[in-house]
Amino acid sequence: MGEVSTEVAEREKALLPVPAVQVRGLVKRYAEVEAVRGIDLDVAPGETFGFLGPNGAGKSTTINILCTLATASSGSARVAGFDVATERSAVRRHIGLVFQEPTLDTYLTGEQNLRFHGELYGVDRSGAAARREEVLRMVGLWERRGDAVQTYSGGMRRRLEIARGLLHSPKVLFLDEPTVGLDPQTRASIWTYIRDLHRSEEITVFVTTHYMDEAEHCDRIAIMNEGRIVALDTPDALKAEVGKDRVQITTDDDHAAIAALGERFGLKAAVHEGVVSFAVADGAAFVPRLFDGLGVPIRSVTVNRPSLDDVFLAHTGTTIRDAESSGAGMSPMAELARRGR
Amino acid sequence: MSEMTEVAVAAVRVPAFDLRHEARAAFVVWQRELIRFAKDRARIVSSLAQPVLFLFVLGVGLASLVDVGNGAVNFTTFLFPGVLAVSVLFTAAFSGISMVWDREFGFLREMAVAPVSTTAILTGKCFGGATVATLQSLILLALAGLVGVPYEPAMMLVLVGLLFLMAFMITALGLMLAARVKQVQSAMPMVQLIITPLMFLSGALFPLSGLPTWLAVLTHVNPMTYAVEPMRSVVFDQLQVDPVTRATFDPGIAWGNWQVPVGVQVLVVIAACVAFLAIAVVRFARTE
Repeated sequence: MGEVSTEVAEREKALLPVPAVQVRGLVKRYAEVEAVRGIDLDVAPGETFGFLGPNGAGKSTTINILCTLATASSGSARVAGFDVATERSAVRRHIGLVFQEPTLDTYLTGEQNLRFHGELYGVDRSGAAARREEVLRMVGLWERRGDAVQTYSGGMRRRLEIARGLLHSPKVLFLDEPTVGLDPQTRASIWTYIRDLHRSEEITVFVTTHYMDEAEHCDRIAIMNEGRIVALDTPDALKAEVGKDRVQITTDDDHAAIAALGERFGLKAAVHEGVVSFAVADGAAFVPRLFDGLGVPIRSVTVNRPSLDDVFLAHTGTTIRDAESSGAGMSPMAELARRGR
Repeated sequence: MSEMTEVAVAAVRVPAFDLRHEARAAFVVWQRELIRFAKDRARIVSSLAQPVLFLFVLGVGLASLVDVGNGAVNFTTFLFPGVLAVSVLFTAAFSGISMVWDREFGFLREMAVAPVSTTAILTGKCFGGATVATLQSLILLALAGLVGVPYEPAMMLVLVGLLFLMAFMITALGLMLAARVKQVQSAMPMVQLIITPLMFLSGALFPLSGLPTWLAVLTHVNPMTYAVEPMRSVVFDQLQVDPVTRATFDPGIAWGNWQVPVGVQVLVVIAACVAFLAIAVVRFARTE
């Protein structure tokens, strides 16, 4: 017994420096499909980590393994310092979960939902009421705490789920597509809450999304495709890696412009719906040269820094939307697994 | 010395199994059932309608046909404990099967991912279903006088206890079924398919005396029979009836030639509670 106790005590002491999430050689196979094909991952404490990829890429399977809802075929994963396979209960105590699908009791009030959660997670009773107030105020639902969740809007429900996920002061908060199905304004406000979390909580946020614009809010992102992590870095570094800016111009003579771009600047351009577009290293600095040297009247110019969409395209050879429409049909087993049935 | 103490405290901080925590979880699941029941007035009223119909329409209607013991026992008096059991049967079955709705609306997931055992959650659910069904049967119990059953406090207490036990068993059975039923639309047919036969084969609505063999066998394997019979015994203990009449209306249960004592009947119900709950736990732990 002494041996085990020492081990636990030592781990408690060593909890802070260890990664919030640590994944090594993780594989998940379903009868025919290999949903996760050996991934490695380290998420630092306090990080907001974005996990991107189309449906069927294996990200939901990965997140389910990290949350102890599925078991890996091989490889290992530790969350908040605990092994997801052998210390499930400890992992569960130290993580907060917000799923894509709602998991609230809509007949209960907002506060009753939180109270239920606190009891289920064994939150210390003496501080429970204060903690409920704290998280409800954080997501702006304190005034509505006594109303049945039935009367809440979609955005309010999602905020309540986030508050509930935080109630037991988890070390890692998993958010699986927290903004899916919400209108743009509500999506923006949800992200405000997620970003502001770090002000009041010492917490690591692990968030999956397929909205590329939202991934910009993350400290680092991983792009997962067909069971593998194909890119892993900060959004800026990933975009810098893709390199070139995209310039779009409208001209009086598109064909002449394309020919001129090729001859004079050595650039390959294409026309689509009356817009000529091409990629160039420093787009803003290139524009003056373009006006001087093109020889075709230009009516408008736009220069875009590479987006995460371009990053995704560069790493997977397809846009995330195209990947989704084909990916959804590709892996029904992964979909089954995701639903946990 | 102080170092030893520190180590022990640290070890306790993340226990693999903490009975107090499990009990808290079960308690809050129980509480949720009560809160939801209190909010659902329509459910209270509608689930009382059926037993009241049985008692005052079916009972009174058949009473003119069934005339035993020269009117010493009214058929509605006979029916009373059976109708109590039927009311508990449907309410408790619904409580158990409501897990299908919890799954459909996602709340099951909230419970399934929590750091507590499936046993704690399902036990809380069984106590919740049993409490709700028993509370509801109190309204029927208050009607005892209308059908010639005396308001004897000791009898009432025993009846409440038996009703609670039976409701626990049926909620566990409902949970067992809910683990397999994945779609809300198949939940109600499942109740029809399983629960309704339990009612008809339990002796709740007709005496178990003089049944053909096939029917006798079916009633004997029905766990609900062992919940209904003790209730009827308790009620008949309070009535002034001759032994022949009693043997007709309240024949008890016999295994072969052995007349099963009421205590053993109650033990059968307790065993069924444990068995159903255990099966439900295994099924839910496997699928969620």
